[in-house]
Amino acid sequence: MSNFGFNISNTRVISMDECNMGNVERLHLEVPSFKRCISCGACSATCSAHQFTDFNIRKLHNLYRRGQYAGLQEELKACMLCGKCTLVCPRGVNLRSMIINMRKILYEANKR
Amino acid sequence: MKKVAIIGAGPAGIEAASILANQQVEVLLFEKSLNTLSNMLDKAYLFPDFSPANDLVDKLNKKLLHQQITLFTGTEITDVKKDGKEWKVIDAKGMSYIVSAVLLTSGYSVFDAKRKEELGYGIYNGVITSIDLEKMIKYNQIENSMGDKPKRIVFLQCVGSRDEKSGNNYCSKICCVTAVKQAIEVKKLLPDTDVYIFYMDLRMWGQSFEEMYRESQEKYDVSYVRGRISEAASTFDKKIQIKAEDTLLGVPLKMTTDLLVLMVGMEASCGTKTLAETLHIKGEYGFAKSLNCHLQDNETTQQGLFIAGSCKRPMGINETLADARSASVIIMDYINAMQENDK
Ligand SMILES: Cc1cc2nc3c(=O)[nH]c(=O)nc-3n(C[C@H](O)[C@H](O)[C@H](O)COP(=O)(O)OP(=O)(O)OC[C@H]3O[C@@H](n4cnc5c(N)ncnc54)[C@H](O)[C@@H]3O)c2cc1C
Ligand code: SF4
Ligand code: SF4
Ligand code: SF4
Repeated sequence: MSNFGFNISNTRVISMDECNMGNVERLHLEVPSFKRCISCGACSATCSAHQFTDFNIRKLHNLYRRGQYAGLQEELKACMLCGKCTLVCPRGVNLRSMIINMRKILYEANKR
Repeated sequence: MKKVAIIGAGPAGIEAASILANQQVEVLLFEKSLNTLSNMLDKAYLFPDFSPANDLVDKLNKKLLHQQITLFTGTEITDVKKDGKEWKVIDAKGMSYIVSAVLLTSGYSVFDAKRKEELGYGIYNGVITSIDLEKMIKYNQIENSMGDKPKRIVFLQCVGSRDEKSGNNYCSKICCVTAVKQAIEVKKLLPDTDVYIFYMDLRMWGQSFEEMYRESQEKYDVSYVRGRISEAASTFDKKIQIKAEDTLLGVPLKMTTDLLVLMVGMEASCGTKTLAETLHIKGEYGFAKSLNCHLQDNETTQQGLFIAGSCKRPMGINETLADARSASVIIMDYINAMQENDK
């Protein structure tokens, strides 16, 4: 086939109808405080990993909340579980527990 | 004793009428609708305390059973003129009434959502306004366009507010908290329905609003998405498809929903616009303008003409009632000074 020098881009649109929200519901059961997150970004601001790398815990849990799990399990490994984020959260989200449980749920989901 | 005309029997007009009447002032209260409190009649519960709107309507209406108050319903005031030291208030039928002072409480009306054609109101049955939803909640009849219980309801904030395209750059102030209130009410009636609120900013300015927001997330599982829905379209199965950006992720997002609820803003009512214009007190966006927003917020450039409530700017009921009380004090001062001069 001739190569015309262009290709079709994949859509970047999140389609909420096709998302599996089961993982979000599970996380809500394990860490109810996560429901209160208002995406202020204080957690990322204080995170040492965020200062030096692309690791952004606010963005990662936002992606999780929208059912965008691809690559998350790997990315979450950058967290050192130091718990600084939990200390600054204005809505009392237990981030440390949230991160551990996100990893646990994703591990189990990916295993299947 | 002197007479005062009050134009509009909403919360502001009724509260002022009752306070002035208790001070022995003779009050003529004009309402263009057949009922008083025309903006309250289809409301279910009120923010911030979820009290039934009917209770407030009954209590306010009771205040009108006063010897000093004459209520004229179905009477639209179309003109108001200075007549020497007095004022002449004229209704649509040409009847005129002479009074010493006039209080304008002609209130607001909601933004006509059809003006935002891209959101599909009046085109698709699944697109409704906050006013329509309030009625559905009141009569426990929350249904999609097919008459079924909705599986998903999406709210969109700032419809006709904070939008240059609508000609309204201001914030209507009450719609953020109203969306949170309605989302909770939907969840109380239909716990299995998914509820999403799309917002540009969540303005939880009032006492206990922020706590209500928090409760809506924690107890009622209401989801929030920061981003303005750009357009709505119908799907083959009569659902509504919406497009927005999740601005916190920086990615486009789409979803289908059974109902799209447009949180319509507050505009100056038709009566407010016309009377503010004829009385030369027209402010921004057709609202009535006070002399000074701090110290003379019920007075106008016209002596003996006062304003109170949402004819000035968007406001909720408690602020409206407080403003009506403050106007009453100022009117009493004005009338007392007039009576002193007459002696
Ligand atoms: C969707 C929505 C939900 C809301 N929910 C709440 C809530 O839960 N809690 C809360 O505190 N507030 C709520 N509000 C705000 C509340 O409705 C207003 O604060 C309140 O109604 C303002 O009272 P008002 O007397 O200033 O004006 P209005 O209520 O607008 O009363 C003005 C009256 O004047 C009459 N009128 C107008 N022109 C003339 C004329 N020329 N001649 C004679 N009569 C005239 C009108 O018919 C009307 O009856 C809500 C508003 C909206 C849009
Ligand atoms: S600090 Fe708390 S509220 Fe803010 S984004 Fe992080 S988890 Fe959410
Ligand atoms: S616990 Fe993880 S996400 Fe939180 S501050 Fe420490 S490294 Fe960052
Ligand atoms: S109160 Fe909220 S929804 Fe209403 S105009 Fe202001 S920001 Fe928008």
